[in-house]
Amino acid sequence: MSDVPILLEMRSITKEFPGVKALSDVNLVVRAGEIHAIVGENGAGKSTLMKVLSGVYPYGSYDGDIVYKGEVSRFSDIRASERAGIVIIHQELALIPHMSITENIFLGNEPRKNGAIDWKAANRQALELMARVGLREDPDTLIKDIGVGKQQLVEIAKAFAKNVKLLILDEPTAALNEDDSQHLLDLLRGFRERGITSIIISHKLNEIEAIADRITIIRDGHTIETLDVKGDGVDEDRIVRGMVGRELHSRFPDHTSKIGEVFFEVRDWTVRHPISAERLVAKHSNFVVRRGEIVGFAGLMGAGRTELAMSIFGRSYGVYQAGTIVKDGKEIVLKTVADAIANGLAYVSEDRKAIGLNLLDDIKTSTVAAKLSKITHHGVLDQVEEYQAAEAYRQSLRIKTPTVDEGVSKLSGGNQQKVVLAKWMFTDPDLLILDEPTRGIDVGAKYEIYGIIQRLADQGKGVIVISSELPELIGLCDRIYTVSEGTITGEVARQDADPENLMKLMTSTKKMQTR
Amino acid sequence: MSRVKDLQKNLFGGTTSNARQFGMIFTLVAIVVLFQILTDGLTLRSDNLIALFQQNSYILILAIGMLMVIVAGHIDLSVGSIAAFTGILVAKAMAEWNLPWPVGILFGLAIGAVIGAWQGFWVAYIGVPAFIVTLAGMLLFRGGNQFIGNANTIPVPEGFRVIGSGFLPETGPNTGYNNLTLLLGLAGCIAVVWRELQARRTRKEMNAEPIPMWISILRMAVMVGVLIFVTLRFASGRVGTSFPVSGIILVALVLVYSFYTRNTAGGRHIYAVGGNSRAAELSGVKLKRVNFFVMMNMSVLAALAGMIFVARSAASGPQDGNGWELDAIAAVFIGGAAVAGGIGTISGSIVGGLVMAVLNNGLQLMGVGTDRVQIIKGLVLLLAVAIDVYNKSQGRFSIIGSLTRPFRRDTPAAPTPSSGAEREPAKTTVAG
Repeated sequence: MSDVPILLEMRSITKEFPGVKALSDVNLVVRAGEIHAIVGENGAGKSTLMKVLSGVYPYGSYDGDIVYKGEVSRFSDIRASERAGIVIIHQELALIPHMSITENIFLGNEPRKNGAIDWKAANRQALELMARVGLREDPDTLIKDIGVGKQQLVEIAKAFAKNVKLLILDEPTAALNEDDSQHLLDLLRGFRERGITSIIISHKLNEIEAIADRITIIRDGHTIETLDVKGDGVDEDRIVRGMVGRELHSRFPDHTSKIGEVFFEVRDWTVRHPISAERLVAKHSNFVVRRGEIVGFAGLMGAGRTELAMSIFGRSYGVYQAGTIVKDGKEIVLKTVADAIANGLAYVSEDRKAIGLNLLDDIKTSTVAAKLSKITHHGVLDQVEEYQAAEAYRQSLRIKTPTVDEGVSKLSGGNQQKVVLAKWMFTDPDLLILDEPTRGIDVGAKYEIYGIIQRLADQGKGVIVISSELPELIGLCDRIYTVSEGTITGEVARQDADPENLMKLMTSTKKMQTR
Repeated sequence: MSRVKDLQKNLFGGTTSNARQFGMIFTLVAIVVLFQILTDGLTLRSDNLIALFQQNSYILILAIGMLMVIVAGHIDLSVGSIAAFTGILVAKAMAEWNLPWPVGILFGLAIGAVIGAWQGFWVAYIGVPAFIVTLAGMLLFRGGNQFIGNANTIPVPEGFRVIGSGFLPETGPNTGYNNLTLLLGLAGCIAVVWRELQARRTRKEMNAEPIPMWISILRMAVMVGVLIFVTLRFASGRVGTSFPVSGIILVALVLVYSFYTRNTAGGRHIYAVGGNSRAAELSGVKLKRVNFFVMMNMSVLAALAGMIFVARSAASGPQDGNGWELDAIAAVFIGGAAVAGGIGTISGSIVGGLVMAVLNNGLQLMGVGTDRVQIIKGLVLLLAVAIDVYNKSQGRFSIIGSLTRPFRRDTPAAPTPSSGAEREPAKTTVAG
């Protein structure tokens, strides 16, 4: 349909990890000189596809062909794809903070003269490259002294130093403010005029709609469709439908919540980033939880859900700026995790291996770890009570293990998650915050965990579920808040929740109207 | 289950046991037997055993504190200097202010506490790595010792020397043995039996599979036998000698600290912090307080070790405590602690320390020079840890690893290099 030559074609790419098919028969066609957007939910397979393309997963570790400039390419590593002019810029920038702009631009690629680095040439070239990306700074400035927006530009300059033909940007504006984002998008338009092809991965659909020529939608590791923005008259709703258009199976136990009074309320909660003082990770957030209610928090990656939850849980993330917590009609101040636990809060973290469990521990030690006082009598731990508590949870949560003396590192993900749940149930909480409670566990275990969550709610506890899987939230929660860039952008009741209206709120940046 | 399997599973089956620790007990027994033969029975003679304990009690006391520091994920290089600094201050205080010696000991412990608070402050509240803080402390307090003592030696009064070279008095009927030592041994035997019965009762309450009676009896018999043998050795020395006072202090500390690390919330917290500090923090553990405590506790024990050494050598000098930190650290690692923290036991560290002590002592008895002794000790440390690391990497445990709960020594499911990439979205720890 178009006479524009094709720069890149990825043909039926399939990539498997042990137990998971991350990509299945994915096709992608990128034309020379276009801006091509790839969109999809978290976990859909976008980043995996880009890692295949850039050689992070080398030729041979996937099935299918990468046809680049008309030839089948077999990249063995990132350097091979970079030599071909394919440069990927990751969401987490790969810059060395304590090196200068020039040093970073030429890192691993230094201009040499007689075996030594030719700093004069490097600085000269750095200035040229910086001019091309519109970065006005002294090239000797250290990376740590410039803002995130400018750091992004340094990354792009670095790509130019490698003679980029195909620039891949993974969530380039996720960490940028409005102005920097706009500058970056303008820059990409400028590149298009000069014939440089870009692939952009982004959750910000308004940006994509504004900048992309064509959009490929990926869902569950499959290519769904490629849309022509101008030709097909694409708008945000159209993209969202493509991203979430899957049917909901009965993956959830039947359950009717017995919802009581509001007992937990957060007002005007504002928290700033632990390092960069001007960034707010939670902006004047208000929400309530009722007894017996399962409340969902929906949001895209980096939206600030975890930060919000952890900052409430004894200020374990960020720097508290403002806001109050009211529980059972009384204001409570939770300055430490111990305060939070003592006041009946529990937080099950999203990364159970990194911060949820001590992997050196056994099951019984882990079970009691968050409330040792419960089994301490006259200063001495009662190991019989410890064993009995762990054994009771082993039975009621059906943790698959021969004994509670087993090390938690030996358990499967689902069973580890049950141990973490047991650990927090042992603290007798009134409010449980579960952050991605089913991440990385199989379908059967997910079903069981949903059942546990529902049982907790039936006991009159409030449960907050943070999840990146919209079907999970819709299937499980009585009410869902949407979060975007640290702002609560909406509140949707169970009967009104569908993936489309949630996705729209999750990609909006307008604060929810207080009722 | 066959009897052999029962035996394997239960003979050494304290639940906090670990493979390297038992490997080391075997090594310890082997070394003792080896030197007993090589030295024509000198090693297990009463006077040598007494000297062995007196010469090493302070290192073993340091190993107790060092174990807790290392389990929490730190290191303390300053213990030798703190010991020397405390020693000179206490000696000088007693000499110049005529402090009675019990007050002198309290004074020394207080100095240890103040120094520990100083180091703990930097480590816990400012966040300076313990390696740096204690490296600084090593220089600081070594210099302090020489500054205060003018690099001279200061003698300590007779009474004070009891804690370093004292013995239990001779009382009661003439049995040909030191009666108090016999009583101590008897108390030890009763404790062993009582503990075994207690353990059986606990298992019953847990509805766990009971340990076969014959194994309990065998285990008690072995331990009581060893205790009786050691008791008779210590009690039958030259008249006026007994189990040394410094040894009694050591045994008391081992009992107290073993209990603390195993059976109290505070002890659990140390392991939690060393195993995964972020997870511990999110479970309500007060990270700073734990770090402050282990550093401070170490310095108090170093002060005590310094005083015992001064008491034994009757004077405080500028070279006291040189290199002690390394002996203590070696004992802890030989005893099965993990460099990364979170793993290790007091009893393991004591066994590790005893292995080094017996080695040292046996080689000296054989007339091997200190140069070669050092070389051998270095190789033993390297080998002990290397065998363990190698066995772990092979998915096996130490030679007798099957005796113990395997997972204590297991490598925690370390993220394989690709696992981060496998999970898409690759979230950072805090991303909403």
